Amino acid sequence: MAARANAGSALTRQRLKSAWLFLTPMLVVLALVAGWPLLRTISFSFTDAHLSNLDDSSFIGFENYVFLLQDPDWWRAVQNTIFFTVVSVSIETVLGLLIALALNAHFKGRGLLRAAVLIPWAIPTVVSAQMWRWMFNDVYGVINEIMLSTGLITEPWAWLADPQLSMAAVIAVDVWKTTPFMALLILAGLQMLPQDCYENAKIDGVHPVVVFFKVTLPLLKPAILVAVIFRTLDALRIFDLIYVMQGNKQDTMSMSIYARQQLVDFQDVGYGSAAATLLFMIIALFTVIYLYLGGIGREEKA
Amino acid sequence: MADLSLRRVDKTFGDVEVIKGVDLDIASGEFVVFVGPSGCGKSTLLRLVAGLEDITAGELWIGGQLVNDEPPSRRGIAMVFQSYALYPHMTVWQNMSFGLKLQGMTRAQRDEKVKEAARILQIDHLLDRKPRQLSGGQRQRVAIGRAIVRQPRVFLFDEPLSNLDAALRVQTRIEIAKLHRAMQATMIYVTHDQVEAMTLADKIVVLNAGRVEQVGSPMDLYHRPANKFVAAFIGSPTMNFLPVEFAGSDGATLDLRLASGAIVQIAAPKGRLRGHRFTLGLRPEHLHVLSDAAPLRGEAAAVENLGGESYLYVDIGQPMPLVVKAPGDCAIRAGEPVGIGLPASKGAYLFDQQDRAVASA
Ligand SMILES: Nc1ncnc2c1ncn2[C@@H]1O[C@H](COP(=O)(O)OP(=O)(O)O)[C@@H](O)[C@H]1O
Ligand SMILES: [Mg+2]
Repeated sequence: MAARANAGSALTRQRLKSAWLFLTPMLVVLALVAGWPLLRTISFSFTDAHLSNLDDSSFIGFENYVFLLQDPDWWRAVQNTIFFTVVSVSIETVLGLLIALALNAHFKGRGLLRAAVLIPWAIPTVVSAQMWRWMFNDVYGVINEIMLSTGLITEPWAWLADPQLSMAAVIAVDVWKTTPFMALLILAGLQMLPQDCYENAKIDGVHPVVVFFKVTLPLLKPAILVAVIFRTLDALRIFDLIYVMQGNKQDTMSMSIYARQQLVDFQDVGYGSAAATLLFMIIALFTVIYLYLGGIGREEKA
Repeated sequence: MADLSLRRVDKTFGDVEVIKGVDLDIASGEFVVFVGPSGCGKSTLLRLVAGLEDITAGELWIGGQLVNDEPPSRRGIAMVFQSYALYPHMTVWQNMSFGLKLQGMTRAQRDEKVKEAARILQIDHLLDRKPRQLSGGQRQRVAIGRAIVRQPRVFLFDEPLSNLDAALRVQTRIEIAKLHRAMQATMIYVTHDQVEAMTLADKIVVLNAGRVEQVGSPMDLYHRPANKFVAAFIGSPTMNFLPVEFAGSDGATLDLRLASGAIVQIAAPKGRLRGHRFTLGLRPEHLHVLSDAAPLRGEAAAVENLGGESYLYVDIGQPMPLVVKAPGDCAIRAGEPVGIGLPASKGAYLFDQQDRAVASA
């Protein structure tokens, strides 16, 4: 017995060794491309570094953070980002679920449609954001043209200038772009569901709506949760879409855009780094909360 | 309880005809087993009865009602799937009562039904568990329990034992037979295992490539197979087949010449013999080892001693060795010469060139 236990632990040790061996290249790359910049950013955030003389900077403690937390513009950016994230991810989840359910049905040309649905997601964001900027243009944009000609509105709307409309426009484009990705993630979850359970429900005569809420949704919960986490973390860092469509405008400025403005436009590397670090902390906090609430790790084990 | 009739039922998937003109009558309370090799259409036929697939052509009657266009829930059936089809996120209790909620039962009524079925199946201590906390055999019972609580007119089983280990398979088989006796319900049971078919069925339906080869009681099929396919499928180990030629008859007996030139004698069949060439079918359990004056001689290519019985694989100059059942203490070793005796009266089967049985004695 003792000999067997020994053999087992020797095997375990060898497995651990090869696991580390396989992990090392990835860890090294991660440390280089993610860990190092992150540490640099964090260390800059405690200095008064300026883009023109990065080396000649001095440690100023939490001064940057104190300023940051007192800056109404920063809080505006935080508010914008969270609003954008909650609204866009909610809409994308519901729409993505509906599209996934539709794509999961059996019909001719399903494969083609599944590929076609991904197109908005496949287009580089900078390209599609620019495209939509033109479409939303208040004078010659196609959106206003359509809404005017169908009588939905009587005079052109200033989509990108009006503070209320510009956030809506940005969210609309994000929904257009990201819903396919959401739908595909959920579709993958849908296809894992046990088909014979549905046949059994059919024999039992359970109404499809009841089946959806009592069988599909509970079984799909882990897949939806993963998709929502992915999207939320992504949305909290939103930069390119808003920057291309709106630039540095206050009404739609996200935390990333705020940090970039400080870092590049105002060349205030120390202060910008503090904003970037805070953004990182917020995302990390969200991740931890989600993992905890969702109990993902526990569910896998059970 | 209900009787069923299938009238010239066809099923095609695209242009592939999977079920071809099946005619079948099932009496109320009967235990019917669909048996056949993998891919012959057993599951498809069962799913047509369940209403999970549409019938392409033909009629399906359940309890005197034409149900071709009725949805599964209106056919009065319950089905036990091969993979059990339990809802993974629900407890055993929830699994068993889920379908009942729609019948407008109160929670107390449902609870009573579930508890009663659970007691019959001895799973009453598992009601709070989730399926993943159950063993294969327990899941199987839950699936059967879920079917029982619905009080269907017809039970449908699709290979319910194929995911269980050998010992549990035998045990569950016996329990299903007991359940049928207790409930007196009509049951249709699909399997590829002829032992399950023989032990459970009142009536066996042998399917081959979407067609019914023969319908009959287990003993009917064993003693009077309609053709070579059924003869080969029913019985284990499978029947030996030897090509033979007519070599003479004195009315009571029939002489047949084997490919090797040897002449064997069997009891003359009742039917008239047409043609000259036949296939002789001999079940391993009807052959015996003879020390001298044996009509068939050969060499033991392999010997399987199972303790209670032995199987000899005897090379008699045919492409396939002849399988002979011998007593467990049989001392013959591989490589030794063996003499084989044929059954005296019953137990020899003759098939014509179209593989149809020639009525035996
Ligand atoms: N949904 C389907 N679409 C196309 N072909 C099918 C479908 N279901 C079954 N088949 C075909 O029908 C034949 C019989 O299948 P099945 O009834 O499952 O066989 P069995 O249960 O006897 O093993 C097989 O050749 C199978 O490929
Ligand atoms: Mg099958």
